[in-house]
Amino acid sequence: MTKISLEMGSGGRLMRDFIASRIVPRFKNPILGELHDAAHLPWGIALTTDSYTVDPLFFPGGNIGTLCINGTVNDLVVSGARPAYLSLALIIEEGFELEELEKILESIKKTARATSVEIVTGDTKVVPQGQGGEIYINTAGVGRLLGRPQPAKIRPGDKILVTGQVGEHGLAILLSRNKFPLKAGVKSDCAPLLFLLPFWREGVLWMRDITRGGLATVLAELAQTISLPLLVEEAKIPYSTRLQGTVEILGIDPLYLACEGRALLVVPARKADEILKKLRSHPEGKKAAIIGEVEDKIGRPGEALLETLTGGLRLLEPLTSELLPRIC
Amino acid sequence: MSPPATIHLPFSNWRTKETADRLLKAIEAETRNLPTPLKLMEVCGTHTMTLHRSGLKPRLRQVGIDMISGPGCPVCITPDYYHEAIIDLLVGRGDILVCTFGDMTRVPTRKGSLQTVVPAPGSRLKIVYSPEEAVAEAHNQPEKQVIFFGAGFETTIPGITFTVKKAAEEKLKNYCLLTAFWLIPPALKAIIEGGELAINGFIYPGHVSAIIGEKPYALVAETYHLPGAIAGFEPADILLGILSVVKQIRSGQPLVANEYRRVVKPEGNVEAQAIMERYLIKTAADWRGLGPIPDSGLKLRPEYSSFDAVRRFSLKLGSGSSARKTACRCGEVLKGLIAPTDCPLFGRQCRPDSPQGPCMVSYEGACLIEYKFSGVKSYD
Repeated sequence: MTKISLEMGSGGRLMRDFIASRIVPRFKNPILGELHDAAHLPWGIALTTDSYTVDPLFFPGGNIGTLCINGTVNDLVVSGARPAYLSLALIIEEGFELEELEKILESIKKTARATSVEIVTGDTKVVPQGQGGEIYINTAGVGRLLGRPQPAKIRPGDKILVTGQVGEHGLAILLSRNKFPLKAGVKSDCAPLLFLLPFWREGVLWMRDITRGGLATVLAELAQTISLPLLVEEAKIPYSTRLQGTVEILGIDPLYLACEGRALLVVPARKADEILKKLRSHPEGKKAAIIGEVEDKIGRPGEALLETLTGGLRLLEPLTSELLPRIC
Repeated sequence: MSPPATIHLPFSNWRTKETADRLLKAIEAETRNLPTPLKLMEVCGTHTMTLHRSGLKPRLRQVGIDMISGPGCPVCITPDYYHEAIIDLLVGRGDILVCTFGDMTRVPTRKGSLQTVVPAPGSRLKIVYSPEEAVAEAHNQPEKQVIFFGAGFETTIPGITFTVKKAAEEKLKNYCLLTAFWLIPPALKAIIEGGELAINGFIYPGHVSAIIGEKPYALVAETYHLPGAIAGFEPADILLGILSVVKQIRSGQPLVANEYRRVVKPEGNVEAQAIMERYLIKTAADWRGLGPIPDSGLKLRPEYSSFDAVRRFSLKLGSGSSARKTACRCGEVLKGLIAPTDCPLFGRQCRPDSPQGPCMVSYEGACLIEYKFSGVKSYD
């Protein structure tokens, strides 16, 4: 008898196989088949949903409340939609402190206001003690479509951009979850990506928020989607020095650390500099950078390659399972 | 204390293309006059990791160096039956807390891996960074039996063993160790004496050497006339080690060179050695892939056996008792006899998400690393 293991929800390949083999075929339809961050519905709107089970609930730079709004907002943005209305469902464990709940709800209110979305429906359930992890939150969101990802139009020479320093959220969570006696000063990058919406009209071909699995996973999946090789230069990837120092100590590969307020963009080569300049003019995009391009000379179709600092070449694989500390 | 606003990264200039280019050029100047490719074994998994992360392997091939990954990963060489014994406890009893290092939880066995099995209600698995976290758990949860499942080489053995000292001082009755302790020098000797081997020199592990010092490798240079260098873990460190080895090959004077002097003292870490001496004794050990090697393992001395999980839970750890019968050829990969791609399972049944053998399990495993590299072959 097979039981569901934690790994099936880890964002790795095991989870993707699980979804592709057991879930999607059952509900087969053309919209679901696209497996975008959000579904494009026939009436010019996008719909998405996400559940939030983050541990710990409060972490440097945010909490489950900021996350459950920004995460759903960002899924809509990178799918080409302006977020408008959200639902909010709470599953609370018996015995959870009211004060904590109030804090989370206040964060939800503030974040919703800051992202100009309205929470228009919701649900609350309380489960007996021991049957839930303090609080789980689900949000669903709809938005009006302004653009559409066009992976089929991506050509060799097109540039790959990231909108800011990567990996901070994943590291902040890892540090607070494990209560490392390490004062790294790393904060989650949890933030809305609304400032990216106008770029759908600037010729951006593809966007994806860099969440679970980190930059490497997004790149690997992009390469597979477009069946062209990608080449990214390690030296051009923006990291904070705090993060660089901390991942050295912990032996963690920052390419696989999640973000919650960063995106990867693919833009036509001739527009890349202009788009980068505009991104950098936003406070949220100050550290944006062109990190690589779509290739046709190096590598094989579907491969994401990294030119390392030392001039070597490394194949980037999607995250296969939960990030684990190495043994020594 | 708040952290400084910016952190100076001490080794950032060690990772530049310029540094790598200079060292590769110097290596090529030596190998130009030698029959190539030269096969060097990096004994340590963390070296394998650096080579992988920096993408240096294809560049080394261009200058006549083939790097072969040795047995250098404790996760890889710990036999399945250790994991299976722990899994039995986790699913069979409701009062167990197993603490271990992250990589250990992915090892596939006939009973699943620590990560995929569902523990009995009341029992749990916890991934720790430091063995001392396990002692703290035992202290805070007296109703639980806390087992630290510790696999390691000389690098981690003293740290893990230190927890026995702490637990004894705190008089903790609910803490014990499942030790899977392996010693590098006897394994090197077994590899060299094992007949078939096509290795021209060794890159010795930096962290292991920090504990044991330079002396244990003297045998390799003196008796077997094989060159070697202790190296650190920056890409430039490894290249320096390789440069030293190729120079030794050219001069025909094998040595134990120390290219990691900023960390490794000739005598090693005497304090750590004392801890090992006080709490542990040598024993024959069964290395996955290499088989039993005399005096290549350590176990708790009889006077500390109350902290030994094998005794406390009457665990049956038997060689071959549960050996998986597959076509997996990790054993030969570990000896440098075949490349991962020579294994019939490689890339087919055996992939990072469905590993069949130890070398596909660890981030440091030769097969996992080869798998990630294989796509780049078209480039060199």
